[in-house]
Amino acid sequence: MLNNSIQVKGLQKSYKKLHVLKGVDFEVEKGSIFALLGSNGAGKTTIVKILTTLLKQDSGTASVNGFDVAAKPDDVRQSISLTGQFAAVDEILTGRENLIMIARLRHLKDPHQVTDDLLNRFGLTDAADRGVSTYSGGMRRRLDIAMSLVGKPQIIFLDEPTNGLDPEARIEVWKTVKELANNGTTVLLTTQYLDEAEQLADRIAILHEGKIIANGTLAELKKLFPPAKVEYIEKQPSLEEIFLAIVGKKEEK
Amino acid sequence: METIKNYFFSDMGVMLERSMRHIFRSMDTIITTTIMPIALMLLFVYVFGGAIQTGTDNYVNYLLPGILLITIANSIGYVSFRLFTDVQRGIFERFHSMPIARSAALWGHVLTSLVSNTISVVVIILVALVMGFRSPAGVLSWLAVAGILALFSLALTWIAAIAGLSAKSLDGAIAIAYPIHLLPLISSAFVPTATMPLAVRVFAENQPVTSIIETIRALLSGQPVGNDIWIALAWCVGIMLVAYVFAMRVYKKRV
Repeated sequence: MLNNSIQVKGLQKSYKKLHVLKGVDFEVEKGSIFALLGSNGAGKTTIVKILTTLLKQDSGTASVNGFDVAAKPDDVRQSISLTGQFAAVDEILTGRENLIMIARLRHLKDPHQVTDDLLNRFGLTDAADRGVSTYSGGMRRRLDIAMSLVGKPQIIFLDEPTNGLDPEARIEVWKTVKELANNGTTVLLTTQYLDEAEQLADRIAILHEGKIIANGTLAELKKLFPPAKVEYIEKQPSLEEIFLAIVGKKEEK
Repeated sequence: METIKNYFFSDMGVMLERSMRHIFRSMDTIITTTIMPIALMLLFVYVFGGAIQTGTDNYVNYLLPGILLITIANSIGYVSFRLFTDVQRGIFERFHSMPIARSAALWGHVLTSLVSNTISVVVIILVALVMGFRSPAGVLSWLAVAGILALFSLALTWIAAIAGLSAKSLDGAIAIAYPIHLLPLISSAFVPTATMPLAVRVFAENQPVTSIIETIRALLSGQPVGNDIWIALAWCVGIMLVAYVFAMRVYKKRV
């Protein structure tokens, strides 16, 4: 029990007549990456909003870092941070000002030092004093994630972190997420991309029509399917592989 | 819980600093809330002023109270705009999932509106002084003027908050500003209401802005304020309280 950062039991939520969550159960182990996989409208964002205290469930219980989200929202907020579906960065401020703002709101002792470290870690030092409105999508997302890491929260929620990013930026985000987990942070991420869940997650739960219909490691999920057949097929490179190969070569020069 | 309350004011200070940066980096906001009222004042004093009979020896003295209210009214669309974009871009969600007092984000916007209006009003009074504005008012009268302007500003800010928090689109959020811009135009801001046709005069004399302008005019010219000050206060406080209740209701629903 103590090893679980997140525990969800019988979670239900309706918006007016729309029954979005119909009894969701899952647990996330401390320090692991947990992927909530589902198509658009499956209820992934609703789960994230309930777990980050932005929304109240109709029934069922959820606890984050040992605190009940409904009863002790303030304790939950101390332990988490949220990177929402769209990069929640202040467009008019610079990257540095965005980070300092969050560091001050987290009441850290040395906001400037924390900011410098994060800018450096996310490769944003050169762009630090430029307005965020001039950033590319990938830089914006990186800043967004950096803002979520201010104050070293134990649990991080990433709601579709690579939505709308180009393939290179996507791989950058993946790298960041893996590093987080290596440092002991628990990560819950939602995604509609199967390869993303496959790449990142220790455990994958598939959310479909308001219920978790499968939950396990990639190996376990694979076992749910009939055993692999050996077939000879010609393996064509995917367009993504071609794109990355060409762009990669250009950058090496 | 304890610690979160202790940080309420410092959190609000961070919010204030943030939105003040938004204002100082937006040429559009500066033009509408400071340059435009100054231009209007120049236009009315030096172009139309000679032909306007107000019964005062100095038209800028007559005009200033109205210009101050126009200045505050002009800033209101921007309050809605800033709130709307914060909700839309997910900035509020980020703040609300952090261990800070929930209302700090909203109050930060209200405080910003008050502080930025104070800056504009001070700038415009300085320009008016250069243009020949003189007042025999003492410290108490000036404080009363500041108090009424602050109440007027808060009343409009909470109306703007309702619009900014509940609007479905950016156009909807800032549409609230137009009827508010109209009120000072149909009031005693530029000319005495006595010369207006009956229907317009009845509206002008009984809408909130005229009583506020008359009160400030009386305070600044050292005349007795009469009943106008009570009518002005009733309007400001009444609108502020009703708008506050509705804005809070929308805010709680939205976040």
